[in-house]
Amino acid sequence: MTEAVVFYIFAALCIFGSIIVVTHKNPVACAISMVLTFFFTAVLFILLRAQFVAVIQVLVYAGAIIVLFLFTVMFLNIKEEAMEFDAKNIAKKVTFLFVIIAVTGFFASKLVLNSGPKPPNIENFGSVESVGRDLFTEFLLPFELTSVLIIVAIIGVVTIARRSKGT
Amino acid sequence: MEITLNHYIILSSILFVIGAYGVLTRRNLIVVLMSLELMLNSCNLAFISFSYFLGDLTGQIFMIMAITVAAAEVAVGLAFVVLIYSHNYSLDIDILKLLRG
Repeated sequence: MTEAVVFYIFAALCIFGSIIVVTHKNPVACAISMVLTFFFTAVLFILLRAQFVAVIQVLVYAGAIIVLFLFTVMFLNIKEEAMEFDAKNIAKKVTFLFVIIAVTGFFASKLVLNSGPKPPNIENFGSVESVGRDLFTEFLLPFELTSVLIIVAIIGVVTIARRSKGT
Repeated sequence: MEITLNHYIILSSILFVIGAYGVLTRRNLIVVLMSLELMLNSCNLAFISFSYFLGDLTGQIFMIMAITVAAAEVAVGLAFVVLIYSHNYSLDIDILKLLRG
């Protein structure tokens, strides 16, 4: 019962925050409400017994990515944009997208529930220990490849920034 | 009243569609990037909920990978934003039509 109450409250807050992100005129307000949305999503993660991932979410998204966004917004001193929705039939397209995703998700969940509802019976499901063990044994190669990706991104960013200075 | 997988999938698709709406309608490049982050976040929520209801940790591992990719994407994207701004002194998305050959 408590779980349902917490879920509904934080789901509503998530939707509210993300609506503010896509509709507010001021980019700084967008970034701030995005922090809130990520926090509320982290609460949902804790509800799903993914504590480690929730902490990662707060650290990386709210801590690193949003700071990068805010830094860029303030660095460039962006004025409020002229809001004009020139895209045609946007409501129809978005509704179409929602129906497709929801139907696909419904069938996927049917598939999951047909294979037997398995509540996580592992001891300390989603803790740092269990996630870390999986990450460093079974998924070691993808984990190392993501570090390669990070290095490539760093080199790319440095190259882009240098070129802009030269011209 | 029990919260099932369907609740999480509906929530995740609502968040994804809100993000897609932002990508399609906003004209500020930075806010477009933010809406992309929202879409990625909703995908992460779907990963975590499937991971919980299947009792399998693979979804959480995937979500950590997705966060890494999102961080790299934001870094490169914001570098491009700064570059575009220093060329044009504007971040209106219509500027990018210069990319048309």
